[in-house]
Amino acid sequence: MSALNTILFYFFSALAVASALAMITRRNVAHAAIFLVTTLLATGGIFLLLRAEFIFALQALLNAGGAVILFVFVIALAGPQATARLAPPSGRAQFVGAALALVVAGQILFAIVVGRGSLRLPAMATEIAPQNTEAIATALLHQFIVPFEIASLLLLVSMIGAVVLARRRV
Amino acid sequence: MLSIEHYLVLSLALFAIGVGGVLLRRNVIVMLMSIELMLNAVTINLVAFSRLHGSVDGQAFAVFIIVAAAAEAVVGLGIILVVGRGRETLNSEDMDLLKW
Repeated sequence: MSALNTILFYFFSALAVASALAMITRRNVAHAAIFLVTTLLATGGIFLLLRAEFIFALQALLNAGGAVILFVFVIALAGPQATARLAPPSGRAQFVGAALALVVAGQILFAIVVGRGSLRLPAMATEIAPQNTEAIATALLHQFIVPFEIASLLLLVSMIGAVVLARRRV
Repeated sequence: MLSIEHYLVLSLALFAIGVGGVLLRRNVIVMLMSIELMLNAVTINLVAFSRLHGSVDGQAFAVFIIVAAAAEAVVGLGIILVVGRGRETLNSEDMDLLKW
């Protein structure tokens, strides 16, 4: 069981990282959207390994399903502008961008390496709630009821905002 | 045996790729996708820590992140459509109205 978990973890991680790299390097925006789906679904596999079935379902439905469909619609709506082959940024801009990304990565890695010695995190819990969805629902509707309501308000506002923004002026 | 560091390093790799995507690409749609990728990397961290502590609080928080990501994608893409209609370009270099 543990060996299988490890194999699956490395499989999903490699898939996620490889398609994320492909996503930011493809020139074609539609291909980038497809690679985004692969990354999000591979991350969903990681969620399953962590026994977070509800988050996996949300990931597959909302992120890999809804959000990417939205991206594809916008690519289709924006037409030639979206798929236009832009001139790549200058060599200096590329160097600075890559260096900044590596600095961010190095800082987080430093924090992980230092924290693993000083923080003394517990070992992975062996007991997990058997009814994942039920446990999350209980937490959301009791402990996190105010953030839950605010999140629904945020969704409402963004929905109205998107309609107002994308409306054609008549 | 998988430890928490495995998940943290995976999340770090995805987040760094997302940062690289925002900084290196010029197409605003791809930049928005990279932001989506970074939010996704953060969600991995939350779910991994929730598993570490054997509680669902982190997963409840992950739900909020997914909601915020959906709201961000909707409004961001709406803005992209409006800008693309008005300026006939989706190149971030051409959107320099606020540049000094």
